[in-house]
This record gives sequence, structure tokens and C-alpha cells, in this order.
Amino acid sequence: MKILVTAKRVVDANVNVRVLSDNSGVDINNVKMAVNPFDEIAIEEAVRIREAGNAEEVVVASIGPTQCKEQIRTALALGADRGIFVETDADIQPLAVAKLLKALVDKENPDLIILGKQAIDGDNIQTGQMLAALAGLPQATFASEILLADGEATVTREIDGGMETITVKTPAVITADLRLNEPRYASLPNIMKAKKKSIDTYTPEELGVDVTPRLTTLKVEPPSDRQAGVIVADVEELVDKLKNEAKVI
Amino acid sequence: MVPIEQEENNMDFNFNDQQIAIRDSVSKICADFGEDYWLQRDSDGKFPVEFLDAITAGGWLGIAMPEEYGGAGLGIVEAAILSHTITRSGAGFSGASAVHLNLFGPHPIVVFGTNEQKQRFLPRLIAGKDRACFGVTEPDAGLNTARLSTKATRDGDHYVLNGRKMWTSTAQTANKILIIARTTPFEECEKPMDGLSLFYTDLDRSKIEVRLIDKMGRKAVDSNALFIDDLIVPVEDRIGAEGDGWKCLLHGLNPERILIAAESVGLGQAALERAANYARERIVFDRPIGKNQAIQHPLAVNWMELEAAHLMAFKAAALYDNGQSCGAEANAAKYLAAEAALSACQRAVLTHGGMGYAKEFHVERYLREIMIAVIAPVSQEMIKSFIAEKVLGQAKSY
Repeated sequence: MKILVTAKRVVDANVNVRVLSDNSGVDINNVKMAVNPFDEIAIEEAVRIREAGNAEEVVVASIGPTQCKEQIRTALALGADRGIFVETDADIQPLAVAKLLKALVDKENPDLIILGKQAIDGDNIQTGQMLAALAGLPQATFASEILLADGEATVTREIDGGMETITVKTPAVITADLRLNEPRYASLPNIMKAKKKSIDTYTPEELGVDVTPRLTTLKVEPPSDRQAGVIVADVEELVDKLKNEAKVI
Repeated sequence: MVPIEQEENNMDFNFNDQQIAIRDSVSKICADFGEDYWLQRDSDGKFPVEFLDAITAGGWLGIAMPEEYGGAGLGIVEAAILSHTITRSGAGFSGASAVHLNLFGPHPIVVFGTNEQKQRFLPRLIAGKDRACFGVTEPDAGLNTARLSTKATRDGDHYVLNGRKMWTSTAQTANKILIIARTTPFEECEKPMDGLSLFYTDLDRSKIEVRLIDKMGRKAVDSNALFIDDLIVPVEDRIGAEGDGWKCLLHGLNPERILIAAESVGLGQAALERAANYARERIVFDRPIGKNQAIQHPLAVNWMELEAAHLMAFKAAALYDNGQSCGAEANAAKYLAAEAALSACQRAVLTHGGMGYAKEFHVERYLREIMIAVIAPVSQEMIKSFIAEKVLGQAKSY
């Protein structure tokens, strides 16, 4: 079995980003970058599946500028076997990502595709779903547990109302939620080994994908500062305030 | 952003993918040992075993050891990234010193050891099965290393060592010691640095009394006075030729300075980060104190000084890894980093006002710890003398 995973390059979760003064986006100059944490969980899951003897190869893909190779190397150090880098300096939106991944699915024929359920920069939560639709594959999103048997994946999903368990035929697209696993740290010997693993590079043109942006960002603004709260004496006062001050009930 | 094409002659100040992976991976380990852990260790003085175990499990102790003995075969640049990441996380010298000795301490074994010695010693160090300490400094010699008086007397297939050592770190728990001793009396040597020999041997507590030195900072990583009484050292534990001890040790001195520099910068940056955060958040007279130039300007200067010292440290590291001479740069990096970090730690305490004096705000601990880098492994004054003499051609002043 072959598993395809992704490693999106995003601003590190611990960095406080600032909005650019012209409101065109956030300032990512000289900011620490990392693998999207949900992708890291996807990578970890794929590596565990391989370590348990249920897969032979984990292939990791990243899309973007040349620095994305850092994130591929990190994934290789975490245990992925081989990298695919789609090099582009264009603004790549979720639909373009899904199309590029679809092209890679056609090329690689993976038996399972595990992505992060969302990336912590755009928070779109679209790529996995669109990839499944484009590739005509079943999807199991927000996975907190994956069990593989007999060409099927039984996936526990975290949904608004609690947990849901579904079974999908593989190949399928699964997106990883926070509680799927706790990713390991790359050890030094594995970082050294990662150096010797291969990374194939493609461009969107070579994959026959038009990545022209379909969405336009009008303005980026920081969230307004949170105001200090008040401590209420009892439930009655709380209900009163919600009703008459906040007017939410 | 358009990637810049790397041409061969371009100066490149960026870390490569592997170096970034090293930094990120180590900082994840460090994130599991937060400010409370190190505050606790500073108060109870317990060796940070859990931290060292986590670092060891990741294979990090072998970063600069040869690959054929289980190491990663990387250079001082990578070792400095590792050390810097540790202090930068807030682990300070309590974290860095717990690891530090294992990185370049055994370098004389790597360079001058026989294959048999390397096979016998290095894999166990990398795996954390052996822990080594260093016996160089003596109470009556200080920086005048030629006056080392611990004696090693040859007796058939072994040596007998007698003498005293000072400031031997981690000797409370180490089971091995790298120790330098006189095999030929000073008076009989042609040159002052001749007649010393280096040994890497068992720390036999029946022959070595290890006495803890209570000190200003870094309580968790012990420093000790050693009293050596008829320690038997087999000849096969001698590193390099008899009388070549100083030459062997010399190989590790520049890496040592570079590591200390990188560690200092990391601790200074951790202090500066706390100061900048506090200056932004602390409201007095209805505005953040950082709005005052008397608060924000010194912090800006700290940042510039730390960045400059950081560059010097990595310049020295790159020179060393390229096999070029780096004595002036390694010493300069240690000097600049210690000054910049001392200033940043002091300023961090002052920025916190009264709270800076409280242990729970962490910066007073940083200030106590950074004094290590100001004083050791060589004083700031000796570095100035070295630069004046060796770089600027002035007469030797001492």
C-alpha cells in the first residue's frame, strides 16, 4: 500500500503574525515557518500505518516556493520515504491545490491519501473535500481514528454533535483532526537519513494544472482587541445581560 | 518571494534545510521543558535528567561525532545551532551545560584517539551510557595552564595520578573523566606546554573525592572540586602520545568558545524576549512602559548587539568547519556574546522593575547564569590580550 500525505508550509503556530500596513495580507518576512500542524498529524498517521506493516511507502507532497523543500525534508525526517515538490511562486488557492494533488494522485495511484483537515494559515477546510470530489474518491474528514482492513478504512470522525464512525472503500481521502495522534519529534539520525531520500520536482504546467487564482483578497484586518469581561453575581443577572445588553437571546 | 539563485561565491547567511530541521526538532524537545521545569531545577538543584534523556533519545549527543561510531558527523555549526536552541528556549545554561560537554568535550578522542579507543568510548557516550566530565582547571593554575601540577607517574602498564582539579562540571553523576596531568616535571620541559598528557578514564570514586561547589547560578548542573589520590589509569586510556596532552586539548578549545558564544546569545535572546513582552504588556501611567524610549531604546540596542554576536559565532563556526583558522573569531564571538547577553539579561531584570527581582519572572535566573559565560572558559581580559597580541601585533602584556 502506498500513502500520499501533504506538508504545507505555514507560519509556525507559536508566531504572532502582524497584518501588513496596507492591509493586503500578513507579514511573513523573517517569520519562523513550519509544517502545518494538521499535516504533521497526517504524516505521523501514515508513518505509523507503515510501521505497523500495513503500508510499504509514504510519499509526501508540498506545493509552493522553493523553501517548501524545508517542509518536505521535515516530513522525510519524520519518516516519509520520498518527496514530491510542486514548485510555484503563484498564490495557490484551495481549488488549485486540490487540482495539483489530483494530478499527483493520477501519477502515483496511492491507496490512501491523508491530509490535514485544514491549514492553520487560511483555515479554509476545503482541500481534502475538493480533492476527493475531483478524484472521484470517497472521503472521511476530521478523522480521530483510522482502522484499515480488507480494502476499507473505518474512520472515527469528530463532528459537531460528537463522534461518528464511517467506513469507506480505499483508495480514499482522509483528513486528520487534532486527536488522531501525537506526532513524534524528528531524531538526529532520521534528519540525517532524510538528506538521502529523493524529492521529485514538478511545476503546475508539467502537471497540466491551471493555478490561476479564482478568489481575490480585498482586505486583511486583525481581529479587534478583546475587551475585559465582567463577573456576574448569578444566573439571573447573566440572563438579563445576555437579553438586554448583548441582545443575543 | 522569488528565490535567490545561490551562486558559488555568494555569502549565505541562511541555514540549510537540514540545519533548520535540527533547530525545529530540538526546539520541540525543549518546549516540553518549560519555564517551571527550569525554575524548579534552580531551586531544588536536581540534575535535569529528564531533559538530558530526551536529548539523548533523539540521538543529539552524537551530532559532532563521526558517523562510523554512531554519530551524525556534522560540524560545529550544527552543534552551535543545537546549543543555541537549548538556551534560547529558556533552558539557559542549566539545559545547555547538561548537554554541552558531550558535544565537543570528547573531541580530543575523535582527533587523537586510536580506532580501538574511539570504538570503546564514543558509541557509549552518544547512547548516554557513559557520562563524561572534564578535569583541566586547577586551583593553583587558573588560566596559566602550563602550571598544572596534577601528576601522572608511569608504573608499568598504568599511570598513578595525584593532584587537585577545580570547576569540574557534572562530576557528581559522571562515570568517566577526561583529565590532563603532568607526565614530565615543568622544570624538565623545553616548552612550558610540554610534558602534559591527556587521559580518558573511569571516574573511580574510591580514588577521587568529588566535592560540590555551591555557586551563584546553574544550580542543577553541579560544579566540583576534585581531590585525586593514587588514581590508577591504564596506559590504554591515554589519549595521544605522552607529553602531547596540551596539543590534544587545544583542538577542543575553539569549538568550546563558539558553543559558549552561541549559548550566550540564546540566553540573551530569551531574556530580551521576556523584557520586550513585559514592556508591551505592563501598563503604568495608563500606557505600556515600552512606550517610553528609556525602556524601548536599550532593548533595541540589546537586539542589535545579540544579532552581531550571533553572526560572529556562526562565522567562527563556519571557519572551523571549513578547516580554516578561527582563533581570533572564536575568541571574539565568546567576548561579544557574553557582553551582549550580560547586557540583555541585566536590562531584562531592569525592564521588569521590582518583578525582575522575583524568581517567578525568570530573568534574575538568567542574569545569574550568564555570568558563567562572562567568566568561563576564558576571561574577557585574556581575550583582549589575545586579540591585541595575535591580531594587532602588540607586545605580550602578561
